[in-house]
Amino acid sequence: MATLWFVIIAIMLTVYVVLDGFDLGAGVIYLIVAKTRDERRLVLRSIGPVWDGNEVWLVAAAGTLYFAFPQLYASSFSGFYLPLMMVLWLLMLRAIGIEFRAHIDNRVWQGFFDVVFSVSSALLAIFFGAALGNVVRGVPLDHEGYFFEPLWTNFKPGPHPGILDWYTILIGVLALVTLTVHGALYVALKTENDLSRRARDIAVMLWPVQLLLTCLSLIATYFVRPHVMTNYGVHPIGVLIPMVVVGSLAVMAWANRQGRAQEQRQSKKEKLAFLGSTLYIMGMLVGVAFALYPVLLPASTEPVYSLTINNSAAGHHGLVVGFIWWIIGTVLTLGYFVFVYRMFRGKVRLEGEGY
Amino acid sequence: MDSALLIHRLHFAFTITFHYLFPQLTMGLAPLIVVLKTLALRRHGEIYNQAARFWASIFGINFVLGVVTGIPMEFQFGTNWSHFSRFAGGVIGQTLAMEGMFAFFLESAFLGLFLYGEKRLTPRAHLWSAVAVFLGSWLSGYFIIATDAWMQYPVGYERAADGSIQLGSFWKLVLNPWAGWQYAHNMSGAAITGAFVMASIGAFYLLWGKYEEYGRIFVKVGVVAGCLFSVLQVFPTGDQQGQMVFRHQPPTLAAMEGLFTEQAGAPIVLIGQPNVDEGRIDNPVIIPGALGFLTYRRWGARMQGLDAFPPEFRPQNITLLYYSYHIMVGLGTIFIAIMMLSALLLWRGKLFQARWMLWILLLSLPFPYIANTAGWMTAELGRQPWLVYGLMLTADGYSKTVSAGNGLFTLLGFMGMYTVLGILFLFLVRREIERGPAAEAVGH
Repeated sequence: MATLWFVIIAIMLTVYVVLDGFDLGAGVIYLIVAKTRDERRLVLRSIGPVWDGNEVWLVAAAGTLYFAFPQLYASSFSGFYLPLMMVLWLLMLRAIGIEFRAHIDNRVWQGFFDVVFSVSSALLAIFFGAALGNVVRGVPLDHEGYFFEPLWTNFKPGPHPGILDWYTILIGVLALVTLTVHGALYVALKTENDLSRRARDIAVMLWPVQLLLTCLSLIATYFVRPHVMTNYGVHPIGVLIPMVVVGSLAVMAWANRQGRAQEQRQSKKEKLAFLGSTLYIMGMLVGVAFALYPVLLPASTEPVYSLTINNSAAGHHGLVVGFIWWIIGTVLTLGYFVFVYRMFRGKVRLEGEGY
Repeated sequence: MDSALLIHRLHFAFTITFHYLFPQLTMGLAPLIVVLKTLALRRHGEIYNQAARFWASIFGINFVLGVVTGIPMEFQFGTNWSHFSRFAGGVIGQTLAMEGMFAFFLESAFLGLFLYGEKRLTPRAHLWSAVAVFLGSWLSGYFIIATDAWMQYPVGYERAADGSIQLGSFWKLVLNPWAGWQYAHNMSGAAITGAFVMASIGAFYLLWGKYEEYGRIFVKVGVVAGCLFSVLQVFPTGDQQGQMVFRHQPPTLAAMEGLFTEQAGAPIVLIGQPNVDEGRIDNPVIIPGALGFLTYRRWGARMQGLDAFPPEFRPQNITLLYYSYHIMVGLGTIFIAIMMLSALLLWRGKLFQARWMLWILLLSLPFPYIANTAGWMTAELGRQPWLVYGLMLTADGYSKTVSAGNGLFTLLGFMGMYTVLGILFLFLVRREIERGPAAEAVGH
């Protein structure tokens, strides 16, 4: 039962990154690709009706984590106290950046919230990446299963690391690049003409960087935590995951090149490129989950202090009952999302839309 | 008191108090917007649609602040109260996770549709999206109340081998009798906020002499809803909630009422200052014998006072608890008077000309917020010294790894951030009100 919940939480977090990832990424490229007032409105319109629903996946995943693995929730949230609080503040700034901007039609007001929105989106992407890096690298858990991590120590991943060290910064940058590409492909898909082209150019330009950082991060992960290879050795089927990652990178490169060459069949290629990026994110995150299992949060101090699905899970009855309502809730939620995304399908335009 | 404990308590208290200023209006306005949309469909009146759009824009600004101040609440169980989370997460994690899965997804998905999709939907479908937002926000309220109710009156749990609390019965948790009355009482309180805000803005337009057509609709809808809910607030919901406290938290009731010593024919204190050191109420104005009627349903019944309970199991801050409770009850009584009088004038067709009454409605705007806040302070201070009543002390629940300094740093950070958010909120809402209901709605 605990394994099932491990899988469910991995899925929920992956869905979160895929969905909120594109609106975070759209925020990162926002100031660069959207030059005119109308273009900025178009980018905001492309994410306006959905960003809040996307963010609920984070809240729902946190809630699910809370009830399925209370010990993990308690120790990781208190241990990552400072960065989590910063994430909360950034989420606030970003939300008001999106929502309050339109209320006053004034260049200074809008210019201010444009910067707030874009900068907080970029910082959030880096923070989420660094958080993932921390989970892979391990944290200084004590014998009671708690820790408190400073923001940084000597920037080396040792037994007493900080939130930021060279490894987690590397993962943070990888996350920033990945979500930037993801958001750029989404904007390319949802908009037209110059705006769409500029967004796609960013994705094309960053593709080699993404490839390079992916390779670097995989090598670095092996050095920081050699354990990550164990599960791949025991269950060779896991090798499929890196193949998905490689394949999705190839799909992105091909679809972008084709989209450039044949403007008339662009829309299909844009979808394919966005799908490629989605698969890449899923592949990378599933790869991490697969490598970690059954550990939830590795200890950098003593391996026995690691939090695993066995020492962190809630009682059996709760997990069984939870599974029943979780299935019902998920089916309902998928229904809403399909409905809402269908209602807002297609390219966004300025005329005759909105309220 | 340990300074880390105090700071973690203030951290949660401050962030939740500020947060709840927004959901109470969201939950209060949602049904009223449904009413306006229904009137638009029934009477084919475009003015009702335009009125609904106006309130949807206020709702939208309010909703954003509710969301961004709400996410920290979900996180703080882990960041600031990790020992509590580890102890009770197996139970309250259920209701909190269900809130995300059932309420937030519903609410956020359909709010996007409601705010951005009016032109893509048929009028009927647009009404249904408003209903979905209403359901989502009220469901969300239930899961939060069920969580708090479990902390007030824990049911349906089992103790695990490692000392933590685990879920024993899902239905007992979800159908906790405490949750039922607390929910009714709380939602009625939120509806009062929604009704007063709507009536107050309507009164403002009538007094201003602009958008009077809208002003009349707002006052009428606000007063009818306000009348209904301010009565429900006292009876049966408030009365039954009091019965719950009386039965399951007797020291809390004694402290709320300021009853220091056991006595026959215990009075209700209307006004008076609790003097905790001397164990009495200074300068009281009382109704003799009335407390027994509220609790035992018998005038002049003998009541246990605070002295019947060991000091370590009495609420620590009796003075604040007493004042919170009395402010809540006092305001609740005044609300009934205001709304009844307005309804009477409305029925006689004199309300829109009675400027003095419109002034009262306009100026009453902040008071439902104060009453709701005081009500929650009564519930939460009353539970002390327990975090989970009878199971875990508040002093044992906070994050021992998060030092007082770190807690104070982020508390000050939140205070600064929330000051800015509060100013932005007032600024934007004031602007919407000034632009008036007939204005074109803003959007990207």
